[in-house]
Amino acid sequence: MSTSEAAVEHRYGPYGGQYVPETLMPALGELETAWVAARTDPGYREELTVLLRDYVGRPSPLYLAERLSEVAGREVWLKREDLNHTGSHKINNALGQALLAKRMGKQRIIAETGAGQHGVASATACALLDLECIVYMGAEDIRRQKPNVQRMELLGATVVSVEAGAKTLAEAVSAAIRDWVTNVATTHYIIGSAVGPAPYPAIVREMQRVIGDEARAQILERRGRLPDRVLACVGGGSNAIGTFAGFYGDPSVKLVGIEAAGDGIDTERHGAPLTVGGKPGVLHGALSAIMQSPDGQILEAHSVSAGLDYPGSGPEHAWLRDEGRATYIAVGDTDALAAFREVSRLEGIIPALETAHAFHHILHGDGGGSELDLLCLSGRGDKDLAEVLARG
Amino acid sequence: MASTDATTTNTGAERIAAAFANKAGRAALMPYLMGGFPDLETSRAIGLAYADGGADLVELGVPYSDPLADGPVVHDAGTKALAAGTTTEDVLDVCRTLSERLPVVIMLYSNLVLARGVEAFVAAAAQAGASGLIVPDLPLEEADEILAACDAAGLALVPLAAPTTPDERLRAIGSRARGFLYTVSVAGTTGERTGTKESFAPILDRARAATHVPVALGFGIATPEAAAAAADAGADGVIVGSRLVREAAEADDPATAVRAVVADLAAALRT
Ligand SMILES: Cc1ncc(COP(=O)(O)O)c(C=O)c1O
Repeated sequence: MSTSEAAVEHRYGPYGGQYVPETLMPALGELETAWVAARTDPGYREELTVLLRDYVGRPSPLYLAERLSEVAGREVWLKREDLNHTGSHKINNALGQALLAKRMGKQRIIAETGAGQHGVASATACALLDLECIVYMGAEDIRRQKPNVQRMELLGATVVSVEAGAKTLAEAVSAAIRDWVTNVATTHYIIGSAVGPAPYPAIVREMQRVIGDEARAQILERRGRLPDRVLACVGGGSNAIGTFAGFYGDPSVKLVGIEAAGDGIDTERHGAPLTVGGKPGVLHGALSAIMQSPDGQILEAHSVSAGLDYPGSGPEHAWLRDEGRATYIAVGDTDALAAFREVSRLEGIIPALETAHAFHHILHGDGGGSELDLLCLSGRGDKDLAEVLARG
Repeated sequence: MASTDATTTNTGAERIAAAFANKAGRAALMPYLMGGFPDLETSRAIGLAYADGGADLVELGVPYSDPLADGPVVHDAGTKALAAGTTTEDVLDVCRTLSERLPVVIMLYSNLVLARGVEAFVAAAAQAGASGLIVPDLPLEEADEILAACDAAGLALVPLAAPTTPDERLRAIGSRARGFLYTVSVAGTTGERTGTKESFAPILDRARAATHVPVALGFGIATPEAAAAAADAGADGVIVGSRLVREAAEADDPATAVRAVVADLAAALRT
């Protein structure tokens, strides 16, 4: 292979790797080579930086949520990824990868989506760069995230309904991988989270670390100190890994990931493989913390939020957990729904249901002695209105 | 008949080699079945019908929740087998039965091996009479541990080569191949397609130049004509999957129906 092993990490401790059909291996090598060249190419960096500034609206603000801080009993700063164009952090990665695809000469883009945010971000990037876009989405998610389906179609993307299994994010990723196996010569797969075979987890982290890098500089400028805790919700783990990465060099900063407990982590209906632990396994090309039966069958996840409804996790998170660098806890459906309403009234910010899980932990969880929390507000909650209101 | 007596050989790789050497037709006929589909006992009967119909070797699939290399027919069959309660252990039991008639290569995804533990799984497969393993999501880079365990237990770890695999990489795969090299005829998942001698030949020539073991062609071969074309193009073995799984799904009497399909395929390889 022509790729340099040292250039992009394939493993995080024992986790990660490339458990994919042979057909895809050359494409992963090609992607790695293209990424290694692009990330240091001033032309690529400049193009991405300008788009992130003028098109996405970066840097996103860091906002001191005063009323929320009062309830929490500590300062709570929000990194406002909800204010990005398309309404979440997903655009950082989608735009960077779409530019990369263009450099590789690939005109056809496929993506998976759960909450629809990554699908919308990919459809947006493809409209901007004049690329064909096909988005795989579970039938259940199409139902519960309808506005995002309509946005994707308006943006010119084709949304393919995935009927397998639980009809949610995990099945959508599998369908996208099968498409890629078939159309690999013409197609780039923009994976939407820090999951998948190497080099994807590393690429997605680097695309999202703009969140953590900006947030670190902003809090130092505003408060002259680092946060005690940095928090983010974890589906596959892209907003969390991007936020955490900015603080890797700051051992005093605790990193906290919040997963979905669904009906409860003592039931089988959750999306919290990092919190629950257990034997690691392979899902979507990487070894990581996953939800599986004793035989090794992948279990269906459950969460009220489509973006956290995933039985796997990014391999780097599993390693951060094992190393003790980050801790992971889980918040259930009921608490997340309550926090969704609470934050809306406290701050005039309707958060994504995904982020609402993290808000619950900040407002009502164990503060761990923190005096200053920094939370990645990964997205806005407009997409979730119908689902939340239907639950009364 | 091309079935090989296990007592004359001592390892899975040798038993597979003997099956290729003694094949009845121009290429070994290697049908695939999904263990536990449509139910466990019928899948056992289907495997035996393959042997009766003239198969030289059988590929026994273990149903998996997330089969990334499979198209809709095999995926569906796996989903139904799991819904019916099929376990890995159940499929190993089918393996035990079939291995009395012909060499069995178990096809399963890497997580099923890892969940049990590599050594424990390989030992169980060997105990069940398997001759080899095919793990479609285990490329060269991830294969060391499973290859070592298979070698130690006398099981052949059969690798896959794809049309997208560059020559240098193909040689690396070919040099570590045990039993045979599973050459994928098209970029894509399993499913029924068409193919001709002309379309298969370059793929097979490239594979043959990269390995010392027999070269089998699979993914998409569905008709006696395509099987014959693969043999004409120089395949040592022909793998037929989705066509037979579809027959098992649609027929009222799956064992009888697949036996007829296998017999037609076998006949095409003999003429
Ligand atoms: C707003 C928002 N936050 C978080 C997530 C979870 O993804 P990740 O863990 O990759 O950040 C999603 C996924 O759809 C999302 O839309």
